[in-house]
Amino acid sequence: MAVEIRSELRFILNGKDVALRDVAPDHTLLDWLRLSRLLTGTKEGCAEGDCGACTVLVGRLTPAGGLVYEGVNACIRFMGSLDGCHVVTVEHVGARNGHLHPVQQAMVDYHGSQCGFCTPGFVMSLYALWMQTPNPSDQQIETALQGNLCRCTGYEPILRAARAISSYGGTEKDPLLTERATMIARLKALRDGARVEIADGKHRLVVPASLDDFATLLEASPTATVVAGSTDVGLWVTKHMRDISPVVFIAGLDELKSITVKDGTVSIGAGVTYTEALDTLSQHIPALGPLITRIGGQQVRNMGTIGGNIANGSPIGDTPPALIALASTLTLRKGSVRRTIRLEDYFIAYGKQDRQPGEFVEAVHVPVPAAAEKFAVYKVTKRRDEDITATLGAFRMALAADGTVAEICIAYGGMAATPKRAFAVEKALVGQPWTEATVEAAMEKYADDYTPLTDMRATADYRALVAKNLLLRFFMETTSSDAPAQVSRYEAA
Amino acid sequence: MNKHTPDLNAEKIEGGVHASIRHDSAHKHVAGSAVYIDDITEPAGTLHAGLGLSTVAHGILKSVDLSAVRAAPGVVDVLTHEDVPGVNDISPSYMNDDPVLANGKVEFHGQPIFCVIAETREQARRAARLAKIEYEELPADIDIWDLDVKTHRQVVTPLTLKRGDAAAALESAPRRVTGRMRLGGQDHFYLEGQVSLAVPGEDDEVLVYCSTQGPSETQHMIAHALGVPSNAVTVEVRRMGGGFGGKETQANQCAALAAIAAKKLKRAVKVRLDRDEDMVATGKRHDFAIDYDVGFDDEGRILGIDYTFALRAGFSADLSGPVGDRALFHCDNAYFFPHVHAKSAPLYTNTVSNTAFRGFGGPQGMVGAERVIDEVAFAVGKDPLDIRKLNFYDAMGVEGERNLTPYHQKVEDCIIQRIVAELEESADYAGRRKAIAEFNAKSRIVKRGLALTPVKFGISFTKTESNQAGALVHVYTDGSVHMNHGGTEMGQGLHLKVAQVVAEEFQIDLDRVKITATTTAKVPNTSPTAASSGADLNGMAAQDAARQIKDRLIDFAAESHQVPREQVVFLPNRVRIGNIEVSFNELVKKAYMARVQLSAAGFYKTPKIHWDRSKGRGHAFYYYAYGAACSEVSVDTLTGEYIVERTDILHDTGRSLNKIIDIGQIEGGFIQGMGWLTTEELWWDGKGRLRTHAPSTYKIPLASDRPKIFNVALTDWSEAYEPTIHRSKAVGEPPLPLGLAVLHALSDAVASIADHKICPRLDAPATPECVLMAIERLRAQTKG
Repeated sequence: MAVEIRSELRFILNGKDVALRDVAPDHTLLDWLRLSRLLTGTKEGCAEGDCGACTVLVGRLTPAGGLVYEGVNACIRFMGSLDGCHVVTVEHVGARNGHLHPVQQAMVDYHGSQCGFCTPGFVMSLYALWMQTPNPSDQQIETALQGNLCRCTGYEPILRAARAISSYGGTEKDPLLTERATMIARLKALRDGARVEIADGKHRLVVPASLDDFATLLEASPTATVVAGSTDVGLWVTKHMRDISPVVFIAGLDELKSITVKDGTVSIGAGVTYTEALDTLSQHIPALGPLITRIGGQQVRNMGTIGGNIANGSPIGDTPPALIALASTLTLRKGSVRRTIRLEDYFIAYGKQDRQPGEFVEAVHVPVPAAAEKFAVYKVTKRRDEDITATLGAFRMALAADGTVAEICIAYGGMAATPKRAFAVEKALVGQPWTEATVEAAMEKYADDYTPLTDMRATADYRALVAKNLLLRFFMETTSSDAPAQVSRYEAA
Repeated sequence: MNKHTPDLNAEKIEGGVHASIRHDSAHKHVAGSAVYIDDITEPAGTLHAGLGLSTVAHGILKSVDLSAVRAAPGVVDVLTHEDVPGVNDISPSYMNDDPVLANGKVEFHGQPIFCVIAETREQARRAARLAKIEYEELPADIDIWDLDVKTHRQVVTPLTLKRGDAAAALESAPRRVTGRMRLGGQDHFYLEGQVSLAVPGEDDEVLVYCSTQGPSETQHMIAHALGVPSNAVTVEVRRMGGGFGGKETQANQCAALAAIAAKKLKRAVKVRLDRDEDMVATGKRHDFAIDYDVGFDDEGRILGIDYTFALRAGFSADLSGPVGDRALFHCDNAYFFPHVHAKSAPLYTNTVSNTAFRGFGGPQGMVGAERVIDEVAFAVGKDPLDIRKLNFYDAMGVEGERNLTPYHQKVEDCIIQRIVAELEESADYAGRRKAIAEFNAKSRIVKRGLALTPVKFGISFTKTESNQAGALVHVYTDGSVHMNHGGTEMGQGLHLKVAQVVAEEFQIDLDRVKITATTTAKVPNTSPTAASSGADLNGMAAQDAARQIKDRLIDFAAESHQVPREQVVFLPNRVRIGNIEVSFNELVKKAYMARVQLSAAGFYKTPKIHWDRSKGRGHAFYYYAYGAACSEVSVDTLTGEYIVERTDILHDTGRSLNKIIDIGQIEGGFIQGMGWLTTEELWWDGKGRLRTHAPSTYKIPLASDRPKIFNVALTDWSEAYEPTIHRSKAVGEPPLPLGLAVLHALSDAVASIADHKICPRLDAPATPECVLMAIERLRAQTKG
């Protein structure tokens, strides 16, 4: 199979074509914008994808041939992932006719800035929201701003501004929308089907031409760093100064972006971002919707993938416990050889997964619970949104006709070195009547399943106690419908 | 905003005082064109720095091998303490306990030992990791909770406040409660981290662009470290991306390093910390251990109180002395203590040296006051709000005997009664108290809580000499005005407020007044922009400068038109001289032709104040600012997670210079205070490593943490009791402790577990874990 090779990265910055031949695989978009292009409107606040001061829009073609603009964290976005994209910075917003953009004017008029350092990032996040949802609800605004920190305003004026944007002008006049057809054509023209390969003596950056090309590449270079959303690997560079070369960028592979629903199973390609998976998962497994919108901020969800969340093997990844409770399976691929395993078997020990050198996660398959099954997932954190799990519990249960527990599958994150089933608790429940007495007895079994640790997120005592209490919450939510069994900021949809 | 044809028939100028004007830089903030230090176009050949930080909390430096660092790609030089040409100290009080770079020993994990200078920042950061350092580790004191307050080393002389006979009052009081509260610190989390760019000049000169709240102090510290006179050093800052006290003294280290490197290498040098380094290596709000012993009567009236406020100073003095002092100054909050004894204990620890943070110890003192109110309320079985009202200072105008503070200052301007009464009504405290009780009776898992807490905050630096300010105003021949003063802009709208004062004085539209960067070369020996004093001090100084010029213009007009001085009147954009009117611009032009000086330096010093620390007596504050907040929360009693359902705030900024700016300060201050007391947890591990050193682990509030309903109002009836600038009041710090309403609402929700019979003694930050553990404690006590 002959693959054409191009040693130049091509994308569009603020409407202008860019071709780069001298790009290191760990070169971040933020550094390039600020240091090479002197576009200093985009700020560095944390260099780890949490504060949003570096938010820019990346427009990319969707597998269906459309163009979508999403807010991303430029600080942890590598240049290599931008081939064929349109990068839009704050300098490109509203500057073209000398007037402020409706998003900017609303922020000015409603006093949405004080020190102003976070402001360009807020403008970009609100711009992305407004393009998709010109008249958002407060919940939509708050969700869109989970990845933007402001230390001055207390957010209230920013919310006022966000609600008012459309009163300054409709989206129909927005340049990014009116120029959409032209931009799609330009971006399509950049897609020449070639593999991008830029290397000097020390570093190597590769953007595979296709999924098969990727499989071949990885088999040949099994130590390469595979980067999809870079929401994890980004920090290896910005915080740990690790050398990650050679790097293979897979975010642009359409073949990894498929989401299919067939025979009661949702199959998610490893390149599907949280944002892309949200609608389908919410539709078929409603409890996953609120979980996904509490992972990272919007920018992270626009970049990060469910495949990556699994592949990196973290004990505090949010999707693995939920997917384990759902009895999901995983397809791994090496070269042209595929194998499918139970997701829970993938996690062997801390830092150790069932993945061979040269092998990669290709897709995860999530069975949709039967109508009679009850499924819930609870994430407990210090701060409600954009926080890393202290304890996360996922529960799937089927009751027998006589009210006893026919089947229950319980998995937790944050309680052990891997995402892990609570077998002892399950055993104490199966065959028993689904009553509070049963649940209370089973709560004592958590000590057999988990010995959690103390760290900056929570003490071992808290984790142990909350783990038990989440089972009680699950019981209450599956049995009584009057008083709420948890606090919630938003009215149930 | 560029309007050069002023309306000569206007009834009122555009943008004078008391007008709600948007932030002067707002249009630049949203466009990304506002320039911060890291955005300044770098001089050719600018070098960049990376810091080498200690990896132990306390130890002797046995060997420091930097050979691999020096050999790394792009490295130009590596600075150690030996490269500091002057004094290796940036202690703001010249105590020589705060080295620029460690010499011989390290006293906290993260202390800078060396500084790499390289062609790029990335090269410098990478090289900094290559050092081989051997330590002889020494025992480290990390947490103050277990330290003996009586015997442990203190970084400065503590303060004691004393009025009456607290011991006797406690002995004879019908009721008495003692307790201890743990209160966490807070990282500033300014979005723009510490940054300085130094450009070397000729001879001993250096120009340093620095994100600092105290340009004069930064200038003096650089001079001290360089061993040059202050006149060789210029420090400039147009704006900061947030400060909150974190760039008062903490800006000095980066500035000194940049200046030292720039002078040594004769190239511009930028020092910009990574967020993690910033959080590890720079000081924070002090955490406290508060001991209290309170005596009261059966009604809940406090009779006597004894307090110890122990604070984690860190390894050096920095501002821990005055922060501890201000905690004591606010241990009464809005309450009269008939007999009081309170002392501070700024304890030495092997942690980063803690520093100023919005409120400067005041909020911590008030947390102590409100904890005591809670204790008394639970002891006598009353609503805490009733106990608060019972113990307020006498209202303004009441000539009673309940008006002396623990530092013997008479409270003359107390308006807390009216604020609380109005808020209680507008927030429907009584109605919601009842509704919440009904809700809680029916809800097994989710419990609601409600609290209304007051704020009384003292305005003035307690360091008397800091209560002075300077300004420089030029009027150019076209009538446009250049304004400069010693205050710095960190988002609070200070430059705008001062410009409004100048516009008002000259009666010209605001857009005729140019806001310019703060620089030590224009206005010298200024105080840091801190203690909420920015507008009070610099507004007065700018007014003074404008008035001098205005006086000269009046003299000139009166003389040239042969009219008495009182017949020269400044109207909007014009001046009436006898029977004629001329535009301001025209008068200025004529005055110039007649050789009238159109530039003036203004000055102000706060009257009335004095403070004798050794005696614990004085008129420490020029006046007080007041406010109150009412918050309602929902708590999940299975996990401790919570939601802030609603907050109502009524706050006093006197006759506000700019209401919209003030409301922004109140909204933001409240959320910051709420964050401090709820999710913002600093966590050190057993080795003294701060493990919450980035936003991934340190959680400041998000948009979705705001109260679901958030009503903020200013008292439209209040005005400053003292002749402050246009009778306005300071607004920077006083709103922060409004966040206490959330802590106490959480406490109230927890208390419902035990039918409000047991004081929950909720510590702070009240993370979900902290809340759940308090619930468990109450459950256990109820069972037992």
